[in-house]
Amino acid sequence: MTTMIDIIDAQKSFTMHLQGGVRLPVVRGVCFQVNAGECVVLSGPSGAGKSSILKMIFGNYRCDGGSIFVRHEGVPQNIATSEPRQILSIRRSTIGYVSQFLRAVPRVPTIDVVAEPLVATGIGRDAARERAGRLLSCLNIPERLWRLPPSTFSGGEQQRVNIARGFISDLPVLLLDEPTASLDAANRDVVIRLIDEKKRAGVAMVAIVHDDEVRHMIADRVVDVTTFAAAA
Amino acid sequence: MTDAHGTDEALLVAEGLGKSYGRLTACQDISFSLYPGEVLAIVGESGSGKTTLLQLLSAQLAPTSGRVSYRMRDGVLRDLASLGEAERRFLFRTDWGYVHQDPAQGLRMAVSAGANVGERLMAVGWKHYGRIRQTASSWLERVEIDTARIDDAPRTYSGGMRQRLQIARNLVTEPRLVFMDEPTGGLDVSVQARLLDLMRNLVSELGLAAIVVTHDLAVARLLSHRVMVMKGGRVIETGLTDQVLDDPHEPYTQLLVSSILPP
Repeated sequence: MTTMIDIIDAQKSFTMHLQGGVRLPVVRGVCFQVNAGECVVLSGPSGAGKSSILKMIFGNYRCDGGSIFVRHEGVPQNIATSEPRQILSIRRSTIGYVSQFLRAVPRVPTIDVVAEPLVATGIGRDAARERAGRLLSCLNIPERLWRLPPSTFSGGEQQRVNIARGFISDLPVLLLDEPTASLDAANRDVVIRLIDEKKRAGVAMVAIVHDDEVRHMIADRVVDVTTFAAAA
Repeated sequence: MTDAHGTDEALLVAEGLGKSYGRLTACQDISFSLYPGEVLAIVGESGSGKTTLLQLLSAQLAPTSGRVSYRMRDGVLRDLASLGEAERRFLFRTDWGYVHQDPAQGLRMAVSAGANVGERLMAVGWKHYGRIRQTASSWLERVEIDTARIDDAPRTYSGGMRQRLQIARNLVTEPRLVFMDEPTGGLDVSVQARLLDLMRNLVSELGLAAIVVTHDLAVARLLSHRVMVMKGGRVIETGLTDQVLDDPHEPYTQLLVSSILPP
């Protein structure tokens, strides 16, 4: 089995210079691996550092120590020491991130917001739009909304647009930060089905989910983040 | 941002760049490489040396120390200081664009919009009037200016239109590198959003490299792949834009980030 993510002794703290240099430890000694076709769910109470770990894997937060290897084009790359352009290249063709909130660019129509990650990997705009449309239908976003920018949508609709955007490409690694939070039962089931399809396609996933039932359905393994607590 | 085309040869390289005026140091010890298709934002408050740095990088000012090299179209990396006047003019006319904060500085206010765009084409040897006019007109459309206004002078334009016209004038020769000095400064917020969205699309469609000076972190976040934070003439923090803005390490960067009003 191919190891897609290999985290070795990663640690993270924040130093708040505006609060008199208070050091806020987040996690330390983070060690786990994720294989292709596997979904690892991070568990632990809020504030335990689950989202921080996802952001460290994505290269959004910097590590203070340790390594985070992600298999990129067949070669493990250490995100913790990669140059900005390497991280951008890894994000373009290897790691996708689905957050709870859509950071929408003004004026861009929903269909293009969803299609954009595919276009970035070199797929033609029409083919990308077609796939975007299929996903949006799946997630019950009516076609009359596709030409509108999502900034005017309800919170739940925006979240589903974001999910479509996150699931559209064929990236081998996906990070999911509460993808089903605040969705109704029907849409939650769609997301569970999408995750299942990704697994069968060999995608390695790390997820944060608070809903026990969803966790039970998607998790191949649970990693307890409290064991990485970085008590000061 | 999605696009930073992965090439391994830097387009522009700054090494130990510095500028002082007598005892006053405007910027010092600045080194970085910019790659094709990459958008770099230089952020910091006024007086931090951003604009001086932009002028050094674009060969409008001579550095006191260090150097700037640029990869010419023949693939050779050349020290800007070693270029002859003709070569430097060639860069400015074709391979580079420079978008000023005040469009009046980058446009000729008394001649028509079409002529403002067409002039850059004539400077690189275009002669056919019909083709020049047609290209100018298609660029006006691209920057969302009604082509019925092609014969009007930019002094009759609004601030946002002028700025979009300045962008069209700069991009018409298909430059590889564009310098922008506070491109959205002085515009209404609603006009800013439209301009930013337009610039973001053009930069990624054309695979442009750009260096954008801004004090507005929202502009940096929307447009740039990478950011350099300046204070007192030095680069104090640099990295991937979302990394520096979401996980700032330096006290000054934390202050800048925490000073943004929530949307």
